[in-house]
Amino acid sequence: MIPESLKKTLEARVASAITAREAAVDVMKELQAHYGWLTDEAVGEAASLLGLSPLQVEELATFYEMIYRRPVGKKVIHVCDSISCWCVDCEGIIEHLKKKLGVGLGETTADGMFTLLPCCCMGMCGDGPAMSVGDVPYGKLTPELVDEILEMERQKA
Amino acid sequence: MTLPLFRHNRANRVVTFDEYREEGGFEGLRKAFTGMSPAEVQQTVIDSGLRGRGGAGFPTGRKWSFVPRDLPGPRWLICNCDEMEPGTYKDRVLLEHNPYSLIEGMTLACYALGVRHAFIFIRKGYEKAAANLARGIEEAKKAGLLGEKILGTEHSIELDLHLSAGRYICGEETALINALEGKRPNPRQKPPFPAVKGLWQGPTVVNNVETLANIPAIVANGAAWFKGLALNPEGAGSKLFCVSGSVENRACVELPIGSTLEAVLDACGGMREGRKFKACIPGGASTQFLKPEHMKLPMDYDTVAKAGSRLGSGGVIVFDESHCLVEATLNLITFFARESCGWCTPCREGLPFVREILTRIENGRGEEDDIAILREHVKYLNYSFCALAPGAMAPLEGLLRDFEDEVREHIVKKKCPLK
Repeated sequence: MIPESLKKTLEARVASAITAREAAVDVMKELQAHYGWLTDEAVGEAASLLGLSPLQVEELATFYEMIYRRPVGKKVIHVCDSISCWCVDCEGIIEHLKKKLGVGLGETTADGMFTLLPCCCMGMCGDGPAMSVGDVPYGKLTPELVDEILEMERQKA
Repeated sequence: MTLPLFRHNRANRVVTFDEYREEGGFEGLRKAFTGMSPAEVQQTVIDSGLRGRGGAGFPTGRKWSFVPRDLPGPRWLICNCDEMEPGTYKDRVLLEHNPYSLIEGMTLACYALGVRHAFIFIRKGYEKAAANLARGIEEAKKAGLLGEKILGTEHSIELDLHLSAGRYICGEETALINALEGKRPNPRQKPPFPAVKGLWQGPTVVNNVETLANIPAIVANGAAWFKGLALNPEGAGSKLFCVSGSVENRACVELPIGSTLEAVLDACGGMREGRKFKACIPGGASTQFLKPEHMKLPMDYDTVAKAGSRLGSGGVIVFDESHCLVEATLNLITFFARESCGWCTPCREGLPFVREILTRIENGRGEEDDIAILREHVKYLNYSFCALAPGAMAPLEGLLRDFEDEVREHIVKKKCPLK
Protein backbone atom coordinates (compact mmCIF):
# COMPACT_ATOMS: atom_id res chain seq x y z
CA MET A 1 0.00 0.00 0.00
CA ILE A 2 1.31 3.42 -0.89
CA PRO A 3 1.20 6.19 1.73
CA GLU A 4 -1.85 8.46 1.61
CA SER A 5 0.32 11.50 0.74
CA LEU A 6 1.78 9.81 -2.34
CA LYS A 7 -1.67 8.66 -3.37
CA LYS A 8 -2.94 12.25 -3.16
CA THR A 9 0.00 13.52 -5.24
CA LEU A 10 -0.63 10.91 -7.91
CA GLU A 11 -4.38 11.56 -7.94
CA ALA A 12 -3.64 15.24 -8.46
CA ARG A 13 -1.28 14.42 -11.36
CA VAL A 14 -3.93 12.24 -12.99
CA ALA A 15 -6.59 14.92 -12.46
CA SER A 16 -4.41 17.55 -14.18
CA ALA A 17 -3.90 15.36 -17.26
CA ILE A 18 -5.92 15.86 -20.41
CA THR A 19 -6.94 12.20 -20.26
CA ALA A 20 -6.11 10.05 -17.22
CA ARG A 21 -3.82 7.70 -19.10
CA GLU A 22 -1.70 10.60 -20.34
CA ALA A 23 -0.19 10.54 -16.84
CA ALA A 24 0.72 6.84 -17.08
CA VAL A 25 4.49 7.24 -17.39
CA ASP A 26 4.64 9.78 -14.55
CA VAL A 27 2.56 7.53 -12.29
CA MET A 28 4.70 4.47 -13.04
CA LYS A 29 7.89 6.44 -12.39
CA GLU A 30 6.64 7.74 -9.04
CA LEU A 31 5.51 4.31 -7.91
CA GLN A 32 8.83 2.85 -9.01
CA ALA A 33 10.68 5.49 -7.00
CA HIS A 34 8.59 4.50 -3.96
CA TYR A 35 9.00 0.71 -4.23
CA GLY A 36 12.46 0.61 -5.84
CA TRP A 37 10.98 -1.20 -8.84
CA LEU A 38 7.52 -1.51 -10.35
CA THR A 39 6.12 -4.34 -8.22
CA ASP A 40 2.95 -6.29 -9.03
CA GLU A 41 1.26 -4.29 -6.30
CA ALA A 42 2.42 -1.06 -7.97
CA VAL A 43 1.02 -2.21 -11.32
CA GLY A 44 -2.35 -2.74 -9.62
CA GLU A 45 -2.20 0.65 -7.93
CA ALA A 46 -1.21 2.38 -11.19
CA ALA A 47 -4.12 0.68 -12.95
CA SER A 48 -6.69 1.88 -10.43
CA LEU A 49 -5.27 5.43 -10.44
CA LEU A 50 -5.28 5.60 -14.25
CA GLY A 51 -8.57 3.81 -14.84
CA LEU A 52 -6.80 1.08 -16.84
CA SER A 53 -6.62 -2.68 -16.43
CA PRO A 54 -3.44 -4.12 -14.86
CA LEU A 55 -2.71 -5.68 -18.25
CA GLN A 56 -2.78 -2.26 -19.94
CA VAL A 57 -0.29 -0.96 -17.36
CA GLU A 58 1.80 -4.10 -17.83
CA GLU A 59 2.12 -3.53 -21.58
CA LEU A 60 3.41 -0.03 -20.90
CA ALA A 61 5.68 -1.02 -18.03
CA THR A 62 7.43 -3.72 -20.03
CA PHE A 63 7.87 -1.41 -23.02
CA TYR A 64 10.02 1.27 -21.43
CA GLU A 65 13.72 0.97 -20.72
CA MET A 66 13.62 2.85 -17.44
CA ILE A 67 10.70 1.01 -15.86
CA TYR A 68 11.84 -2.12 -14.03
CA ARG A 69 9.42 -5.01 -13.64
CA ARG A 70 11.95 -7.05 -11.69
CA PRO A 71 13.82 -6.15 -8.51
CA VAL A 72 16.90 -4.02 -9.14
CA GLY A 73 19.74 -2.85 -6.93
CA LYS A 74 19.71 0.47 -5.09
CA LYS A 75 21.28 2.07 -8.15
CA VAL A 76 20.91 0.95 -11.75
CA ILE A 77 23.94 1.38 -13.99
CA HIS A 78 23.09 1.84 -17.65
CA VAL A 79 26.21 1.47 -19.75
CA CYS A 80 25.99 2.52 -23.40
CA ASP A 81 27.03 -0.02 -26.03
CA SER A 82 25.90 1.93 -29.11
CA ILE A 83 28.05 2.80 -32.08
CA SER A 84 29.67 6.06 -30.91
CA CYS A 85 30.74 4.51 -27.62
CA TRP A 86 31.81 1.34 -29.48
CA CYS A 87 34.22 3.51 -31.52
CA VAL A 88 35.98 4.46 -28.29
CA ASP A 89 36.04 0.99 -26.73
CA CYS A 90 32.93 0.77 -24.58
CA GLU A 91 33.48 -2.98 -24.68
CA GLY A 92 36.56 -2.60 -22.51
CA ILE A 93 34.55 -0.51 -20.05
CA ILE A 94 31.72 -3.05 -19.94
CA GLU A 95 34.22 -5.87 -19.26
CA HIS A 96 35.78 -3.78 -16.51
CA LEU A 97 32.38 -3.10 -14.91
CA LYS A 98 31.48 -6.79 -15.01
CA LYS A 99 34.76 -7.77 -13.38
CA LYS A 100 34.70 -5.02 -10.81
CA LEU A 101 31.09 -5.68 -9.76
CA GLY A 102 31.31 -9.45 -10.13
CA VAL A 103 28.09 -9.62 -12.17
CA GLY A 104 27.01 -10.10 -15.76
CA LEU A 105 24.76 -7.76 -17.72
CA GLY A 106 21.25 -7.80 -16.27
CA GLU A 107 22.45 -8.89 -12.85
CA THR A 108 22.59 -7.26 -9.41
CA THR A 109 25.62 -7.23 -7.12
CA ALA A 110 25.57 -9.50 -4.08
CA ASP A 111 25.20 -6.54 -1.71
CA GLY A 112 22.16 -5.29 -3.63
CA MET A 113 23.85 -1.98 -4.45
CA PHE A 114 24.16 -2.01 -8.27
CA THR A 115 22.30 -3.55 -11.20
CA LEU A 116 24.26 -3.52 -14.45
CA LEU A 117 22.30 -3.04 -17.69
CA PRO A 118 23.44 -2.33 -21.25
CA CYS A 119 21.61 0.54 -22.88
CA CYS A 120 21.16 2.29 -26.20
CA CYS A 121 22.57 5.64 -26.95
CA MET A 122 22.31 8.05 -24.01
CA GLY A 123 22.99 11.13 -26.14
CA MET A 124 26.51 11.29 -24.72
CA CYS A 125 28.17 10.38 -28.04
CA GLY A 126 30.65 13.24 -27.79
CA ASP A 127 31.68 12.09 -24.33
CA GLY A 128 31.82 8.32 -24.77
CA PRO A 129 32.34 5.80 -23.36
CA ALA A 130 29.37 6.71 -21.20
CA MET A 131 27.18 5.31 -18.45
CA SER A 132 24.62 6.57 -16.00
CA VAL A 133 24.31 5.58 -12.35
CA GLY A 134 20.80 6.26 -11.11
CA ASP A 135 20.00 9.56 -12.78
CA VAL A 136 23.59 10.81 -13.03
CA PRO A 137 25.33 10.60 -16.41
CA TYR A 138 29.09 10.05 -16.61
CA GLY A 139 31.25 10.34 -19.73
CA LYS A 140 34.80 9.90 -20.99
CA LEU A 141 35.09 6.76 -18.89
CA THR A 142 38.35 4.99 -18.20
CA PRO A 143 38.68 1.94 -15.93
CA GLU A 144 40.19 4.17 -13.22
CA LEU A 145 37.35 6.69 -13.49
CA VAL A 146 34.79 3.87 -13.31
CA ASP A 147 36.37 2.69 -10.04
CA GLU A 148 36.20 6.20 -8.59
CA ILE A 149 32.57 6.67 -9.65
CA LEU A 150 31.49 3.33 -8.16
CA GLU A 151 33.20 4.18 -4.89
CA MET A 152 31.61 7.63 -4.79
CA GLU A 153 28.13 6.31 -5.64
CA ARG A 154 28.50 3.62 -2.99
CA GLN A 155 29.29 6.24 -0.39
CA LYS A 156 26.47 8.53 -1.48
CA ALA A 157 23.92 5.72 -1.14
CA MET B 1 27.79 35.92 -40.34
CA THR B 2 26.36 34.98 -36.94
CA LEU B 3 24.70 31.60 -36.98
CA PRO B 4 21.43 31.49 -35.03
CA LEU B 5 21.51 28.41 -32.80
CA PHE B 6 24.68 28.64 -30.75
CA ARG B 7 25.11 32.40 -30.76
CA HIS B 8 23.81 32.77 -27.20
CA ASN B 9 25.98 29.95 -25.84
CA ARG B 10 28.25 30.46 -22.86
CA ALA B 11 31.16 28.19 -22.03
CA ASN B 12 30.05 25.45 -19.63
CA ARG B 13 26.82 27.05 -18.46
CA VAL B 14 23.33 27.80 -19.60
CA VAL B 15 22.59 31.33 -20.88
CA THR B 16 20.35 33.35 -18.56
CA PHE B 17 16.95 34.72 -19.50
CA ASP B 18 18.24 38.31 -19.28
CA GLU B 19 21.31 37.55 -21.39
CA TYR B 20 19.14 35.92 -24.04
CA ARG B 21 16.84 38.95 -24.17
CA GLU B 22 19.72 41.43 -24.24
CA GLU B 23 21.13 39.64 -27.26
CA GLY B 24 17.92 39.96 -29.26
CA GLY B 25 16.05 36.99 -27.86
CA PHE B 26 12.23 37.18 -28.01
CA GLU B 27 12.50 39.90 -30.69
CA GLY B 28 11.07 37.46 -33.24
CA LEU B 29 8.16 36.79 -30.89
CA ARG B 30 7.57 40.51 -30.32
CA LYS B 31 7.67 41.17 -34.06
CA ALA B 32 5.17 38.42 -34.83
CA PHE B 33 2.68 39.07 -32.01
CA THR B 34 2.62 42.83 -32.58
CA GLY B 35 2.82 43.10 -36.34
CA MET B 36 2.43 39.84 -38.27
CA SER B 37 -0.58 37.63 -38.90
CA PRO B 38 -0.25 33.88 -38.24
CA ALA B 39 -0.38 33.34 -42.01
CA GLU B 40 2.52 35.74 -42.47
CA VAL B 41 4.64 33.87 -39.92
CA GLN B 42 3.86 30.60 -41.70
CA GLN B 43 4.71 32.11 -45.08
CA THR B 44 8.05 33.39 -43.72
CA VAL B 45 8.91 29.87 -42.58
CA ILE B 46 7.91 28.46 -45.99
CA ASP B 47 10.02 31.09 -47.79
CA SER B 48 13.02 30.50 -45.52
CA GLY B 49 13.47 26.98 -46.93
CA LEU B 50 13.83 25.53 -43.41
CA ARG B 51 13.74 21.73 -43.52
CA GLY B 52 13.03 19.42 -40.57
CA ARG B 53 16.20 18.84 -38.59
CA GLY B 54 15.04 15.61 -36.92
CA GLY B 55 16.27 13.50 -39.80
CA ALA B 56 13.69 13.39 -42.57
CA GLY B 57 14.43 16.89 -43.87
CA PHE B 58 10.83 17.62 -44.86
CA PRO B 59 10.14 21.35 -45.49
CA THR B 60 8.82 22.71 -42.19
CA GLY B 61 6.51 25.39 -43.58
CA ARG B 62 4.89 22.87 -45.92
CA LYS B 63 4.35 20.47 -43.03
CA TRP B 64 2.59 23.28 -41.17
CA SER B 65 0.44 24.06 -44.20
CA PHE B 66 -1.08 20.54 -44.12
CA VAL B 67 -2.99 21.41 -40.95
CA PRO B 68 -6.57 22.17 -42.03
CA ARG B 69 -7.57 25.68 -40.96
CA ASP B 70 -11.25 24.96 -40.51
CA LEU B 71 -11.41 21.81 -38.31
CA PRO B 72 -13.16 22.42 -34.98
CA GLY B 73 -11.65 21.44 -31.64
CA PRO B 74 -8.17 21.80 -30.25
CA ARG B 75 -5.05 21.37 -32.35
CA TRP B 76 -1.62 20.49 -31.02
CA LEU B 77 2.09 21.10 -31.46
CA ILE B 78 4.62 18.59 -30.14
CA CYS B 79 8.34 19.18 -29.94
CA ASN B 80 10.15 15.90 -30.47
CA CYS B 81 13.06 15.81 -28.04
CA ASP B 82 13.31 12.04 -27.88
CA GLU B 83 16.67 11.88 -29.71
CA MET B 84 17.75 8.29 -29.15
CA GLU B 85 19.44 7.72 -32.52
CA PRO B 86 23.00 6.59 -31.81
CA GLY B 87 25.46 9.31 -32.77
CA THR B 88 22.92 12.09 -32.30
CA TYR B 89 23.14 14.42 -29.31
CA LYS B 90 22.55 17.90 -30.72
CA ASP B 91 19.23 18.52 -28.96
CA ARG B 92 20.85 17.82 -25.60
CA VAL B 93 23.75 20.19 -26.29
CA LEU B 94 21.40 22.90 -27.56
CA LEU B 95 19.06 22.70 -24.55
CA GLU B 96 21.81 22.43 -21.97
CA HIS B 97 23.15 25.76 -23.28
CA ASN B 98 19.98 27.56 -24.24
CA PRO B 99 16.35 26.51 -23.67
CA TYR B 100 14.94 29.90 -24.75
CA SER B 101 15.29 29.57 -28.54
CA LEU B 102 13.11 26.47 -28.35
CA ILE B 103 10.56 28.11 -26.05
CA GLU B 104 10.36 31.16 -28.31
CA GLY B 105 10.29 28.99 -31.44
CA MET B 106 7.44 26.87 -30.08
CA THR B 107 5.44 29.94 -29.11
CA LEU B 108 5.87 31.29 -32.64
CA ALA B 109 4.92 27.93 -34.16
CA CYS B 110 1.80 27.81 -31.96
CA TYR B 111 0.89 31.33 -33.11
CA ALA B 112 1.33 30.39 -36.78
CA LEU B 113 -0.65 27.17 -36.41
CA GLY B 114 -3.42 28.43 -34.11
CA VAL B 115 -2.34 26.05 -31.34
CA ARG B 116 -3.27 26.82 -27.73
CA HIS B 117 -1.44 23.97 -25.99
CA ALA B 118 1.91 22.41 -26.93
CA PHE B 119 4.06 19.65 -25.49
CA ILE B 120 7.78 19.02 -25.34
CA PHE B 121 8.30 15.26 -25.43
CA ILE B 122 11.66 14.76 -23.78
CA ARG B 123 13.57 11.53 -23.38
CA LYS B 124 14.76 9.92 -20.18
CA GLY B 125 18.35 10.90 -19.48
CA TYR B 126 17.87 14.53 -20.52
CA GLU B 127 16.95 15.70 -17.01
CA LYS B 128 19.29 18.70 -17.17
CA ALA B 129 17.72 19.87 -20.43
CA ALA B 130 14.26 19.31 -18.94
CA ALA B 131 15.14 21.36 -15.85
CA ASN B 132 16.41 24.21 -18.07
CA LEU B 133 13.18 24.13 -20.04
CA ALA B 134 10.96 24.05 -16.95
CA ARG B 135 12.74 27.08 -15.54
CA GLY B 136 12.71 28.88 -18.90
CA ILE B 137 8.97 28.33 -19.31
CA GLU B 138 8.31 29.92 -15.91
CA GLU B 139 10.57 32.89 -16.73
CA ALA B 140 8.87 33.44 -20.09
CA LYS B 141 5.44 33.29 -18.42
CA LYS B 142 6.42 35.84 -15.80
CA ALA B 143 7.65 38.17 -18.52
CA GLY B 144 4.34 37.90 -20.38
CA LEU B 145 5.94 36.09 -23.31
CA LEU B 146 4.06 32.84 -22.73
CA GLY B 147 0.84 31.79 -20.99
CA GLU B 148 -2.23 34.01 -20.82
CA LYS B 149 -2.59 36.98 -23.20
CA ILE B 150 0.94 37.06 -24.58
CA LEU B 151 2.30 40.64 -24.78
CA GLY B 152 -1.19 41.86 -23.98
CA THR B 153 -2.73 40.31 -27.09
CA GLU B 154 -5.66 37.90 -27.21
CA HIS B 155 -3.33 34.94 -27.75
CA SER B 156 -2.74 32.46 -24.93
CA ILE B 157 -0.34 29.56 -25.26
CA GLU B 158 0.58 26.83 -22.80
CA LEU B 159 3.77 24.72 -22.94
CA ASP B 160 3.99 21.41 -21.06
CA LEU B 161 6.88 19.01 -20.58
CA HIS B 162 6.34 15.28 -21.00
CA LEU B 163 9.19 13.20 -19.63
CA SER B 164 9.42 9.82 -21.28
CA ALA B 165 10.85 6.59 -19.89
CA GLY B 166 13.19 5.70 -22.73
CA ARG B 167 12.48 3.88 -25.98
CA TYR B 168 13.88 4.70 -29.44
CA ILE B 169 10.58 4.18 -31.28
CA CYS B 170 9.10 7.13 -29.34
CA GLY B 171 11.04 9.35 -31.76
CA GLU B 172 8.79 8.13 -34.59
CA GLU B 173 6.08 10.73 -35.10
CA THR B 174 3.00 8.56 -34.60
CA ALA B 175 4.56 6.35 -31.91
CA LEU B 176 5.38 9.54 -30.04
CA ILE B 177 1.75 10.61 -30.25
CA ASN B 178 0.65 7.26 -28.80
CA ALA B 179 3.28 7.58 -26.06
CA LEU B 180 2.06 11.05 -25.14
CA GLU B 181 -1.51 9.75 -24.90
CA GLY B 182 -0.26 7.08 -22.48
CA LYS B 183 -0.72 4.23 -24.94
CA ARG B 184 1.83 1.61 -25.96
CA PRO B 185 4.14 3.53 -28.31
CA ASN B 186 3.59 1.55 -31.48
CA PRO B 187 3.53 3.53 -34.73
CA ARG B 188 0.10 4.33 -36.19
CA GLN B 189 -1.14 3.66 -39.68
CA LYS B 190 -0.89 6.65 -42.03
CA PRO B 191 -3.13 8.11 -43.43
CA PRO B 192 -4.71 9.86 -41.67
CA PHE B 193 -1.59 11.94 -41.19
CA PRO B 194 -1.06 13.63 -37.83
CA ALA B 195 -1.61 17.04 -39.44
CA VAL B 196 -5.26 15.99 -39.83
CA LYS B 197 -5.73 13.41 -37.03
CA GLY B 198 -2.97 13.16 -34.47
CA LEU B 199 -2.90 13.72 -30.74
CA TRP B 200 -6.34 12.92 -29.28
CA GLN B 201 -7.57 12.80 -32.88
CA GLY B 202 -6.87 16.52 -33.34
CA PRO B 203 -4.67 18.15 -36.00
CA THR B 204 -1.07 17.83 -34.77
CA VAL B 205 2.34 19.03 -35.87
CA VAL B 206 5.45 17.24 -34.59
CA ASN B 207 8.74 19.12 -35.07
CA ASN B 208 12.27 18.48 -33.87
CA VAL B 209 14.03 20.68 -31.29
CA GLU B 210 16.58 22.08 -33.75
CA THR B 211 13.84 22.87 -36.30
CA LEU B 212 11.79 24.88 -33.81
CA ALA B 213 14.84 26.60 -32.31
CA ASN B 214 15.53 28.12 -35.75
CA ILE B 215 12.12 29.85 -35.96
CA PRO B 216 12.87 32.93 -33.78
CA ALA B 217 15.83 34.03 -35.92
CA ILE B 218 13.89 33.37 -39.13
CA VAL B 219 11.00 35.56 -37.99
CA ALA B 220 13.29 38.26 -36.57
CA ASN B 221 15.65 38.45 -39.56
CA GLY B 222 13.49 37.30 -42.45
CA ALA B 223 13.42 34.38 -44.85
CA ALA B 224 16.09 35.76 -47.21
CA TRP B 225 18.57 36.16 -44.35
CA PHE B 226 18.07 32.53 -43.34
CA LYS B 227 18.45 31.25 -46.90
CA GLY B 228 21.60 33.35 -47.24
CA LEU B 229 23.27 31.59 -44.32
CA ALA B 230 23.78 28.45 -46.40
CA LEU B 231 26.94 28.07 -48.45
CA ASN B 232 25.14 26.71 -51.49
CA PRO B 233 21.82 27.46 -53.19
CA GLU B 234 20.45 23.97 -52.35
CA GLY B 235 20.55 24.67 -48.63
CA ALA B 236 19.10 27.12 -46.11
CA GLY B 237 20.31 28.08 -42.65
CA SER B 238 22.83 26.43 -40.41
CA LYS B 239 23.05 22.86 -39.15
CA LEU B 240 24.18 21.32 -35.90
CA PHE B 241 26.64 18.52 -36.59
CA CYS B 242 27.27 16.30 -33.60
CA VAL B 243 30.47 14.47 -34.30
CA SER B 244 31.62 11.30 -32.57
CA GLY B 245 34.11 8.50 -33.23
CA SER B 246 37.68 9.01 -34.40
CA VAL B 247 38.08 12.78 -34.38
CA GLU B 248 40.39 14.78 -32.15
CA ASN B 249 37.68 16.81 -30.37
CA ARG B 250 34.30 15.10 -30.41
CA ALA B 251 31.87 17.99 -30.32
CA CYS B 252 28.59 19.41 -31.51
CA VAL B 253 29.32 22.27 -33.90
CA GLU B 254 27.09 24.71 -35.77
CA LEU B 255 28.09 25.31 -39.39
CA PRO B 256 26.36 26.79 -42.42
CA ILE B 257 24.44 24.20 -44.41
CA GLY B 258 26.52 23.26 -47.42
CA SER B 259 29.78 23.15 -45.46
CA THR B 260 31.89 20.27 -46.72
CA LEU B 261 32.40 17.07 -44.80
CA GLU B 262 36.03 18.10 -44.48
CA ALA B 263 35.01 21.40 -42.85
CA VAL B 264 32.84 19.49 -40.35
CA LEU B 265 35.77 17.26 -39.40
CA ASP B 266 38.14 20.24 -39.28
CA ALA B 267 35.80 22.01 -36.86
CA CYS B 268 36.43 19.01 -34.59
CA GLY B 269 40.21 19.17 -34.88
CA GLY B 270 40.39 16.63 -37.72
CA MET B 271 41.10 12.94 -37.31
CA ARG B 272 42.49 11.60 -34.04
CA GLU B 273 46.25 11.65 -34.06
CA GLY B 274 47.67 8.68 -35.89
CA ARG B 275 44.29 7.61 -37.32
CA LYS B 276 43.30 7.59 -40.97
CA PHE B 277 39.72 8.32 -42.13
CA LYS B 278 38.02 5.19 -43.43
CA ALA B 279 34.35 6.15 -43.58
CA CYS B 280 31.66 8.02 -41.72
CA ILE B 281 27.94 7.89 -41.22
CA PRO B 282 26.75 11.47 -41.75
CA GLY B 283 23.29 11.55 -40.20
CA GLY B 284 22.89 9.18 -37.28
CA ALA B 285 22.63 5.39 -37.17
CA SER B 286 20.13 5.04 -40.01
CA THR B 287 22.22 6.54 -42.82
CA GLN B 288 24.70 5.09 -45.32
CA PHE B 289 28.47 5.43 -45.25
CA LEU B 290 30.38 8.28 -46.84
CA LYS B 291 33.94 7.55 -47.98
CA PRO B 292 37.25 9.48 -48.30
CA GLU B 293 36.21 10.59 -51.81
CA HIS B 294 33.32 12.54 -50.21
CA MET B 295 35.53 14.95 -48.24
CA LYS B 296 34.56 17.89 -50.45
CA LEU B 297 30.86 16.98 -50.46
CA PRO B 298 28.64 19.91 -49.39
CA MET B 299 26.55 18.78 -46.44
CA ASP B 300 23.01 19.71 -47.40
CA TYR B 301 19.96 17.46 -47.73
CA ASP B 302 19.86 17.16 -51.53
CA THR B 303 23.59 16.85 -52.19
CA VAL B 304 24.14 14.18 -49.53
CA ALA B 305 21.11 12.28 -50.88
CA LYS B 306 22.57 12.41 -54.40
CA ALA B 307 25.79 10.93 -53.02
CA GLY B 308 23.77 7.92 -51.80
CA SER B 309 23.35 8.76 -48.13
CA ARG B 310 21.29 11.17 -46.03
CA LEU B 311 22.07 14.27 -44.00
CA GLY B 312 19.63 12.86 -41.43
CA SER B 313 20.05 14.30 -37.96
CA GLY B 314 23.62 15.47 -38.58
CA GLY B 315 25.03 12.83 -36.23
CA VAL B 316 28.41 12.26 -37.87
CA ILE B 317 30.07 9.03 -36.69
CA VAL B 318 33.66 8.76 -37.89
CA PHE B 319 35.47 5.44 -38.43
CA ASP B 320 39.20 5.02 -38.95
CA GLU B 321 41.24 2.26 -40.56
CA SER B 322 41.35 0.28 -37.31
CA HIS B 323 37.54 -0.10 -37.26
CA CYS B 324 35.95 -3.18 -38.78
CA LEU B 325 32.89 -1.98 -40.65
CA VAL B 326 31.22 -5.40 -40.46
CA GLU B 327 31.41 -5.18 -36.70
CA ALA B 328 30.28 -1.54 -36.78
CA THR B 329 27.24 -2.51 -38.88
CA LEU B 330 26.58 -5.43 -36.53
CA ASN B 331 26.58 -2.97 -33.63
CA LEU B 332 24.07 -0.76 -35.46
CA ILE B 333 21.79 -3.69 -36.36
CA THR B 334 21.95 -4.93 -32.77
CA PHE B 335 20.70 -1.55 -31.64
CA PHE B 336 17.78 -1.59 -34.07
CA ALA B 337 16.90 -5.21 -33.28
CA ARG B 338 16.80 -4.40 -29.59
CA GLU B 339 14.71 -1.29 -30.12
CA SER B 340 12.14 -2.76 -32.52
CA CYS B 341 8.72 -2.45 -30.90
CA GLY B 342 7.83 -5.85 -32.34
CA TRP B 343 4.64 -4.60 -33.94
CA CYS B 344 5.30 -5.93 -37.45
CA THR B 345 6.91 -9.14 -38.67
CA PRO B 346 9.66 -7.87 -41.02
CA CYS B 347 11.12 -5.75 -38.26
CA ARG B 348 10.55 -8.15 -35.34
CA GLU B 349 11.83 -11.26 -37.14
CA GLY B 350 14.02 -9.75 -39.83
CA LEU B 351 16.35 -7.67 -37.70
CA PRO B 352 17.43 -10.52 -35.36
CA PHE B 353 17.97 -12.72 -38.43
CA VAL B 354 20.20 -10.11 -40.07
CA ARG B 355 22.03 -9.68 -36.78
CA GLU B 356 22.64 -13.44 -36.64
CA ILE B 357 24.12 -13.53 -40.14
CA LEU B 358 26.39 -10.55 -39.47
CA THR B 359 27.52 -12.15 -36.20
CA ARG B 360 28.47 -15.31 -38.06
CA ILE B 361 30.40 -13.34 -40.69
CA GLU B 362 32.22 -11.29 -38.06
CA ASN B 363 33.16 -14.44 -36.16
CA GLY B 364 34.55 -16.21 -39.23
CA ARG B 365 31.61 -18.55 -39.80
CA GLY B 366 30.10 -16.71 -42.75
CA GLU B 367 29.42 -18.25 -46.17
CA GLU B 368 29.44 -16.68 -49.63
CA ASP B 369 25.64 -17.04 -49.87
CA ASP B 370 25.24 -14.81 -46.83
CA ILE B 371 26.01 -11.72 -48.88
CA ALA B 372 23.08 -12.45 -51.22
CA ILE B 373 20.81 -13.22 -48.24
CA LEU B 374 21.74 -9.91 -46.63
CA ARG B 375 21.03 -8.10 -49.89
CA GLU B 376 17.57 -9.68 -50.06
CA HIS B 377 16.85 -8.55 -46.52
CA VAL B 378 17.79 -4.99 -47.35
CA LYS B 379 14.89 -5.24 -49.83
CA TYR B 380 12.43 -7.19 -47.62
CA LEU B 381 12.81 -5.03 -44.56
CA ASN B 382 11.60 -2.04 -46.50
CA TYR B 383 8.14 -3.61 -46.21
CA SER B 384 7.88 -2.90 -42.50
CA PHE B 385 5.13 -0.85 -40.86
CA CYS B 386 7.28 2.18 -40.03
CA ALA B 387 10.70 3.55 -40.95
CA LEU B 388 12.66 1.77 -38.20
CA ALA B 389 13.56 -1.31 -40.24
CA PRO B 390 14.37 0.57 -43.48
CA GLY B 391 16.50 2.89 -41.34
CA ALA B 392 18.32 -0.11 -39.93
CA MET B 393 18.96 -1.39 -43.44
CA ALA B 394 20.64 1.84 -44.60
CA PRO B 395 24.08 1.17 -43.07
CA LEU B 396 23.86 -2.49 -44.15
CA GLU B 397 23.04 -1.47 -47.71
CA GLY B 398 25.98 0.93 -47.57
CA LEU B 399 28.27 -1.80 -46.25
CA LEU B 400 27.33 -4.13 -49.11
CA ARG B 401 27.64 -1.34 -51.67
CA ASP B 402 30.89 0.25 -50.55
CA PHE B 403 32.70 -2.39 -48.51
CA GLU B 404 31.65 -5.71 -50.02
CA ASP B 405 35.33 -6.67 -50.27
CA GLU B 406 35.72 -6.25 -46.53
CA VAL B 407 32.66 -8.46 -45.91
CA ARG B 408 33.98 -11.10 -48.33
CA GLU B 409 37.41 -11.03 -46.74
CA HIS B 410 35.79 -12.09 -43.45
CA ILE B 411 34.17 -15.04 -45.24
CA VAL B 412 37.25 -16.12 -47.21
CA LYS B 413 39.72 -15.77 -44.35
CA LYS B 414 37.19 -17.22 -41.88
CA LYS B 415 38.02 -14.45 -39.43
CA CYS B 416 37.82 -10.71 -38.98
CA PRO B 417 40.83 -9.35 -40.88
CA LEU B 418 41.25 -6.60 -38.32
CA LYS B 419 41.53 -8.88 -35.32
